[in-house]
Amino acid sequence: MIRNIFILLALLAPVCAHAAVEDELRSLREQMQQLELRVQQAGHDSSTSGHPAAGDNSFNPAISLNLSGIYGSFSQNPEVAITGFALSPNDHGYSRSFNLGESELGISANIDPQFRGVATFALEAGGGLGVENAYVQTTSLGNGFNLKMGRFFSGLGYLNEQHAHYWDFVDQPLVYRTFWDNQLGEDGLQLKWLAPTDAYIELGAEVGRGRGHPGTDRQDNNGAGATALYAHLGDDLGVSHSWRAGVSLYQTKRVDAEADAFDVKNSFSGDSRSTGVDFVWKYAPNGNSTMTNFKLQGEYFQRREDGMLTYDTEGTPIPDSYSVTQSGWYLQSVYQFMPRWRAGLRYDQLNSGNAEVGTQLSNYVPASYQFTPTRSTLMFDYSPSEFSRLRLQLTQDNSREELSDNLLFMQYVMSLGAHGGHRF
Amino acid sequence: MNKYLIIFNIFLYGTLALPAHAALNIFSCEPEWAALAQELAGDQASIYAATTALQDPHHVEARPSLIAKARRAQMVVCTGAELETGWLPVILRESGNPDIAEGKPGYFEAAHYVSMLEVPSRVDRADGDVHAAGNPHIQLDARNFLPIADALAARMSKLDPANSAHYAQRLQSFRQNWQTAIRRWEAQAAPLRGQSVLVQHRAYPYLLNWLGLKQVAELEAKPGMEPSAAHLAQVLSQLQAKPARMVLHAAYQDGKPSAWIAQRARLNAVELAFSVGGNAQAKDLYGLFDDTIARLLAGLK
Repeated sequence: MIRNIFILLALLAPVCAHAAVEDELRSLREQMQQLELRVQQAGHDSSTSGHPAAGDNSFNPAISLNLSGIYGSFSQNPEVAITGFALSPNDHGYSRSFNLGESELGISANIDPQFRGVATFALEAGGGLGVENAYVQTTSLGNGFNLKMGRFFSGLGYLNEQHAHYWDFVDQPLVYRTFWDNQLGEDGLQLKWLAPTDAYIELGAEVGRGRGHPGTDRQDNNGAGATALYAHLGDDLGVSHSWRAGVSLYQTKRVDAEADAFDVKNSFSGDSRSTGVDFVWKYAPNGNSTMTNFKLQGEYFQRREDGMLTYDTEGTPIPDSYSVTQSGWYLQSVYQFMPRWRAGLRYDQLNSGNAEVGTQLSNYVPASYQFTPTRSTLMFDYSPSEFSRLRLQLTQDNSREELSDNLLFMQYVMSLGAHGGHRF
Repeated sequence: MNKYLIIFNIFLYGTLALPAHAALNIFSCEPEWAALAQELAGDQASIYAATTALQDPHHVEARPSLIAKARRAQMVVCTGAELETGWLPVILRESGNPDIAEGKPGYFEAAHYVSMLEVPSRVDRADGDVHAAGNPHIQLDARNFLPIADALAARMSKLDPANSAHYAQRLQSFRQNWQTAIRRWEAQAAPLRGQSVLVQHRAYPYLLNWLGLKQVAELEAKPGMEPSAAHLAQVLSQLQAKPARMVLHAAYQDGKPSAWIAQRARLNAVELAFSVGGNAQAKDLYGLFDDTIARLLAGLK
């Protein structure tokens, strides 16, 4: 009993001591409050010029417009698919002579204290309007959580989330062209969580209907058409170096995926599972990237597809099993050797793999190719300001057997209006 | 039973003790605000400076490490006036930390508490890198630190009320020391009054306004544009009508354009720390101004 009283006293002791200094603290707190009031008044006095605009204009969202144009020169037909990737997309995004590139119109603003909205429209040269992004994201979940709903570029890999105006080359790496149709877009949900650690550790999960390739835009069930999982890690090494690395998984069930290949129309249904690793390392002396900086990045993706391929869907359809594991990677570096001037080098390689082709199909669909698609690209660009860039790109393309080609591009990329910061 | 009570007691003490000893976690955009926060918080804060004085504060990469630091911060202390517009919004958004979002008590913009200079009457990117809120390089007028310190200390005690007394006390001693230092710097800088200078970037209106120096030309044709050979030649010929004593550039900038004009016009090129850590002498806020004035005076010779 006595012991219990002792413990009770021990419990109360700090509370009593607390009360003794309470008065003193209260008076200091009052002083602080008065000071704060004074400061707020001073703030109002000094910002006489800063009256917020009144009326309908005062809630204007941020609007940005990116303009680009490309001149292209090459000799081989770019529509011919990459050898060994006949069933994959081949949207290279360029044509000969002068062409208007894709313009991007972006609108974003906070919706209310909980949500922010972002929309990016692609104004295509031919006159179409595409909805690239249209999503809402939470701004107040806290604890490192960010939730996106709507249409967005998937957070997998490194390049996938970057908009075209921020690319370091005129076109995407071959592995992005064939594996993700240049950029994987999804309609669905994305949840990201940032760990409360000194180093950067971000985990992300996405579910969607499988809008972008290799998803097949499924409308036949109520579940998810595709899921993606990824983790990104990053940190600084001293003041001059910083890096980010990641791993990604993407899974979808493909249903009636159509492809023009082997001179006829084909259709594939089956499971598709992709894994990838990515890294980027940036260096700037003293971390001052305005003067000179260097960037090295690379990504590797591998995809396993397993299912039924139907050959010649419009003539006499021949269905049989088909499975293949394909992979591809690129490595690129960009060096800003003086303010405003940069040079870049990129190497691409794909591996079409050895397919297991059902006996019915073996006469029509090749199982393997004795050819490794590669491509080397050299780039120079000059940026008169942070809002404008002029680029020259030379490409040696050996991605199609017996169709090697040299390509030359000149490009401008400019942005006007609100221009928020870019991600790392 | 008693054992459980003792364990409970330990936990209770643990939780009671926490708020008193937990340091306020501050993410500062530039080193001058990290230094000011340090003056005001002492050992009651854990302060991270996102940039160094050798980096251009207009252009900073939204590095993963910065996002990770912002994730745990209770407060961001930045210049504002659009100086960090190219990188801070990305960091705040990616951090998933609503406590430091714009407009929240954890979001502090120093430029809000001083009178801004060079507020443009028209905002057009054809005029280069101009900021609608005015010139953001407010840290080079020592007098600006007094209202900013008042506001910062008030904000710290709002976020960390348990240490109000501590912040109030440190603010009071900072005000005293700083006012004494300002009188000393102003006396030292008396010979600078009325002198003409060239500047590489439009970064010194607050410094020049404070010490009574006159700016005759800028080496950048438009703010934020690299000095071109043609513009440098034009400035050089202009100097014959309106001579200057020295040309100023910041430690983070390439000194070549300044050196070029200094050699041809026979004037002194002066490299200023620009912020805390810009050179070996500018190791805290007092060192920054001691060194800045010493270098300006040396530039007169």
